[in-house]
Amino acid sequence: MYATEKSGGELSGGGPSVGGMTDAIVVEGLVKRFGATTALDGVDLTVAEGSVLGLLGPNGAGKTTVVRILTTLLEADAGRVEVVGLDVSREADRVRAAIGLTGQYAAVDEYLTGFENLEMVGRLYRLGRAEARRRAGELLERFDLSGAADRPAKTYSGGMRRRLDIAASLIARPRVLFLDEPTTGLDPRSRLSMWEFIADLADGGTTILLTTQYLEEADRLADRMVVIDRGRVIARGTADELKAQVGGQRLEFTVTDAAVLPGMVERLRPLAVEDPVVDVQARRLSLPVSGGAEVLAEALRRLDGATAEIFDVGLRRPDLDDVFLALTGRVAEEVATEDDPTAEPAITGGAR
Amino acid sequence: MSSMAATLSDSVVITKRNLIKVKRVPDLIVFATLSPIMFVLLFRYVFGGAIQLPPGTSYGEFLLPGIFAQTIVLGSTTTGASLAEDLQKGLIDRFRSLPMSRSAVLIGRTVADAGLNIISITVMALTGLVVGWRINSSVGEAVLGFVVLLLFAYAISWLMAMVGLLVRTPEVVNNASFIVIFPLTFVANTFVPLETFPSVLRTFAEWNPVSAVVQSARNLFGNTSPLAPTPDAWSLQNPVLYTLIWVVLILAVFVPLSVRAYRRAAGR
Ligand SMILES: Nc1ncnc2c1ncn2[C@@H]1O[C@H](COP(=O)(O)OP(=O)(O)O)[C@@H](O)[C@H]1O
Ligand SMILES: [Mg+2]
Repeated sequence: MYATEKSGGELSGGGPSVGGMTDAIVVEGLVKRFGATTALDGVDLTVAEGSVLGLLGPNGAGKTTVVRILTTLLEADAGRVEVVGLDVSREADRVRAAIGLTGQYAAVDEYLTGFENLEMVGRLYRLGRAEARRRAGELLERFDLSGAADRPAKTYSGGMRRRLDIAASLIARPRVLFLDEPTTGLDPRSRLSMWEFIADLADGGTTILLTTQYLEEADRLADRMVVIDRGRVIARGTADELKAQVGGQRLEFTVTDAAVLPGMVERLRPLAVEDPVVDVQARRLSLPVSGGAEVLAEALRRLDGATAEIFDVGLRRPDLDDVFLALTGRVAEEVATEDDPTAEPAITGGAR
Repeated sequence: MSSMAATLSDSVVITKRNLIKVKRVPDLIVFATLSPIMFVLLFRYVFGGAIQLPPGTSYGEFLLPGIFAQTIVLGSTTTGASLAEDLQKGLIDRFRSLPMSRSAVLIGRTVADAGLNIISITVMALTGLVVGWRINSSVGEAVLGFVVLLLFAYAISWLMAMVGLLVRTPEVVNNASFIVIFPLTFVANTFVPLETFPSVLRTFAEWNPVSAVVQSARNLFGNTSPLAPTPDAWSLQNPVLYTLIWVVLILAVFVPLSVRAYRRAAGR
């Protein structure tokens, strides 16, 4: 739980947890309607203190709505929501003092400099003037913005604005941090460095709820995941648990001549944990295996030089795209544009 | 911190933030000062000759209080557009997620806009002095004249705050406010004497709070003429009191409504 600033982490702030409370966030039966649209249809989730939850789902799934309710910006229609043991609607002000929010779009004041932005937010979190300035300097340093500290945020790139936005939400050392699609719209390099910053915070003990459409991102940053689609939880668990739902890893060979495939199947069959799949058209052999890289080495040894026709070989683990496809029968990206209400998810109700 | 002190300290932080923008975007200050100068010159020299004046007054003296009123009432519409812009850029979401006072963002906004109005009115007064306007009263009365003008504009700021939070698009806020502000400032004694209006419009104009604001300013700056008596309507016979009643009414209604709109404001 407790880390020093030196290790690059944020202190989790709130001191020892009260009354043996171990969940920083508890959500039960959360419902939110916008007119005829039911944005959230009974969402349940918990986030253990000090852990990272990835809230995953396609565009329009209800991720932002969850975050807005948890951060007191929106009133729920039904359900119980507690953040750090406080009811979000009855004790909104105390919740606000304990959380940090980085919304889906960077909320920085373009006309203020990076430093002024952070100082302002620090003051509004009721830090003293000196403390607000000290934290502002510290965070600018930490998020590689020192060089731009005295430039109006108008001149910042998208990645710099996001970093400034996150820095602002950290200024009062929140116990719980909400990040709504923190890397959407960032270039690959900025995304990577954002991942490092977030992983650092998590290491420092901050409880994080992170929403994302990128399955890879949740895989990389989250301890546990909740997958939502159309306002309902359709799956939850660790990345490995979710992947187990779609099967294990496969060894995949692509060859230049389909004629060699039967011979290869013969030699490799002992390594397979299930029946190998041959796709003559694609000149591909897919071999369900377990064991990782040694299996790959063993396979190549068994082929014993008969590798001239092999064009590509690899060990493929299912990623969360496969998970989403298996859960909903749809590819994650398709869901955003698709509006066929009859296409019910293949698996509902989620938890295993 | 007591909640009063907290609101005050948050409001100071927000006011400062809004004034930094004025400093960084000089266009704001340029337009806040150029347009009043333009108004003064335009009305004084283009329309001045065409307008039938109350006997015994110069158009310069008659005109300036009207221009003061129109300009600062228009100036207070920026409150709505600025809040709509903050809403669009996600800043209101940011503020609402902070443990700060629920009214500070609106107080800081309206106070900063009042600051801009003070700059406008100062520039207009100086320009007015150049083109022949004079204050013919005591210092105390003159100061009170400016205070009445600014108070009324401040109240309108709160009305516009609510409009901005509900409409949410700066351009639409601007257009919507012109639809209200232009009739209010033109169907009044702002630029022409009330005697020139047909009867129904004239009654509206007599009870229009903008007329009372202008009448207050003319009285307090000593820009009236004994040869042109003030209309008999109670509102114009007691313009300062009538204006203050409007100020209190507008604030009593729109401060709570704007704070409510802020608490429920949804970014996008
Ligand atoms: N303020 C709102 N008014 C009406 N509908 C809304 C509003 N906010 C969200 N919605 C709807 O609720 C659903 C969930 O939206 P959202 O939470 O933004 O999804 P996500 O963040 O996962 O993309 C969508 O169908 C969206 O159109
Ligand atoms: Mg969203």
